[in-house]
Amino acid sequence: MDFRLSRDQTDLRRGVRELLAGRFGREALRAAVDGGGGLDRGLWKELGEAGFFALRLPEDEGGVGLGLPEAVLVFEEAGRALLPGPLVATHVAAGAVPGAAEGTAVVTEVSPEGLLPWRDAADVVRGDAAGAVPVRSVDPLTPLHRVPGAGGAAESVTVLLTAAEQVGTAAWCTDAAVAYARQREQFGQVIGGFQAVKHLCAGMLVRTELARAAVWAAAVTGDAVETAGAKLLADEAAVANARDCLQVHGGMGFTWEADVHLHLKRAWVRAALVLPAGRAAEEVAAAL
Amino acid sequence: MDLSYTDEEEEFRAGLRDWLAAELPRLPDRPDPLDWPGRRAYDCGWQRRLYDAGYGHVHWDASPTQRLIFLEETERAGAPYVGANFVGLLHAGPTIAAEGTPAQRARWLEPVLRGDEVWCQGFSEPDAGSDLASLRTRAVRDGDAYVVTGQKIWTSHAEVADWCELLVRTDTEGPRHRGISWLALPMDAPGVSVRPLRTLAGSTEFAELFLDEVRVPVDNRVGDENDGWRVTMVTLSFERGTAFVGEVVACRRLLGELARAARENGRWDDPALRRRLGGLAAAFQALWRLTQRNVSEAQATGGVPGAGGSVFKLHYSHARQELYDTAAEVLGPDALDLGREWNLDRLSSLSYTIAAGTSQIQRNIVAERILGLPKGR
Ligand SMILES: Cc1cc2nc3c(=O)[nH]c(=O)nc-3n(C[C@H](O)[C@H](O)[C@H](O)COP(=O)(O)OP(=O)(O)OC[C@H]3O[C@@H](n4cnc5c(N)ncnc54)[C@H](O)[C@@H]3O)c2cc1C
Repeated sequence: MDFRLSRDQTDLRRGVRELLAGRFGREALRAAVDGGGGLDRGLWKELGEAGFFALRLPEDEGGVGLGLPEAVLVFEEAGRALLPGPLVATHVAAGAVPGAAEGTAVVTEVSPEGLLPWRDAADVVRGDAAGAVPVRSVDPLTPLHRVPGAGGAAESVTVLLTAAEQVGTAAWCTDAAVAYARQREQFGQVIGGFQAVKHLCAGMLVRTELARAAVWAAAVTGDAVETAGAKLLADEAAVANARDCLQVHGGMGFTWEADVHLHLKRAWVRAALVLPAGRAAEEVAAAL
Repeated sequence: MDLSYTDEEEEFRAGLRDWLAAELPRLPDRPDPLDWPGRRAYDCGWQRRLYDAGYGHVHWDASPTQRLIFLEETERAGAPYVGANFVGLLHAGPTIAAEGTPAQRARWLEPVLRGDEVWCQGFSEPDAGSDLASLRTRAVRDGDAYVVTGQKIWTSHAEVADWCELLVRTDTEGPRHRGISWLALPMDAPGVSVRPLRTLAGSTEFAELFLDEVRVPVDNRVGDENDGWRVTMVTLSFERGTAFVGEVVACRRLLGELARAARENGRWDDPALRRRLGGLAAAFQALWRLTQRNVSEAQATGGVPGAGGSVFKLHYSHARQELYDTAAEVLGPDALDLGREWNLDRLSSLSYTIAAGTSQIQRNIVAERILGLPKGR
């Protein structure tokens, strides 16, 4: 057993992080929010060219030929960058829907919970979207429809990649809180020196590491129960870390200008979209 | 220990109930939450109705028990809350009532009670949040006026306020707490500018306040020069003491609505959700009882709530956040729809553990001032 990243995996992660930092850094994120949250087709195409969607397709089908363990690393980075769009649905559709693998088609999907993100921007909607009603989405970067009468179970891969994105948010929130705690001064010292703040930050790291270990392991085993457990922990890590990160930022954290609310809102969306906490916990309990 | 009310108090309650039943159907429609001038007009209109009916004074002159009954009954009837008059009625007003001269009380209290003037609170600064005593907005005496220069931040309702209760530094030499004064700043004075800040809920309910050589008459100082910190502590204990009473009642009402909604949409069948709602109902019932006890103590000690306010504030702000998280569970996927009830409130609730003293600071207060543990990090 060697449950560490290989050199290739580390390189992959770094490569994706650099790509996203360059192509969808803070300025691009805020521009997307201010611009009303449309989907950037150019970026989608670039993601396709970088192998984001074709990652797990065999090489002889034009794919990158990698597996789920690599995919969760990539999706963690997407989560960290708050990359918008139906990334998981398009990735899962690669090979089945023409253009998905290349990033020329945007594919979305009706979730079993009756939520449909990015309907109007998508070229292909998978699942029965009849009667879809637009709602005022809490997340400025995820347009949503409600679809009555949806049901069924989400695919395990969809659940796991969504969990990986949650880990990305959890990690971003930890980093952002720690960076702020190091720099913000009150009572003549940095607030990171107060145990109350230190403990918030430490708790964030613990949640992130726990969820990440669960997500990586589920990617290796492909086990459905382990995947459900990973989603449960990743949802918890993303939402709780976003809230603690907000708390560490004080009044600043409550502003639109700070990015933390964007992470919290996206974390709520991902938590509700597929296998929400109650269902995930039931699935794990049923296997006991 | 006695939870019953006197005949006089019950009479007060009955009269108020009758009045609310007659008055509430006559209220205009509630304004859009993003329409600040509309909100101001609505909140002031409500205050004016209270005033005309003889209830305008209830936040200060009435006994704490009457105030409690007032908040309980108005909330139960679904009446508007103080809204834009929060600072006027619950911060600045009580401070002026407790610390102002007769002339100051005459000048500022009536207009607040009549719903004519709105106040905001200019305490926090970019570098003085939790550490309020480090505030740097400078006031230099020049004849019969102070010349005030500096910056405030997170000033709620600044855009629609007539007055600001302003903390300024009048002495830079001695201990930090002893160089602060409390001023009433007219918001239309030359040199005052307001830049709205957007909250994560998308509204602009607070603002930055820039003060550039603003002349404020010395007569606008409440309390002695350099005694503003003590004056402020009076305000803060009001804020943490009874200011949230109405909201506890509102939370209890919301719990009832959540249970009803869960029964309707089938989520009531989930035992985990039922227990969560049960736990919250117990907590809010107890918070209500804790309030009654705090009020009894305040009644006995002359009306100023003590550190017990921090105990309340600490538990209340977390319980209320938990309440909206539970509402989200009741809503399921509809929790992502800001067009649905409760979801915007859930966003607003994120500020409860920060505004009016963060939870970390409240815990320090409880540990140090009530438990007597040593000050430290
Ligand atoms: C919605 C809203 C409305 C507001 N309205 C007003 C208003 O009308 N007028 C006004 O004057 N102010 C207002 N405020 C400001 C509010 O009082 C401050 O935000 C609050 O006191 C925290 O200060 P800060 O934002 O500077 O955070 P900071 O003090 O920088 O705190 C950052 C983090 O450090 C922690 N921390 C700081 N010191 C310590 C310590 N000693 N020990 C442990 N942890 C510590 C805090 O708990 C927090 O987690 C409002 C704030 C909000 C969010």
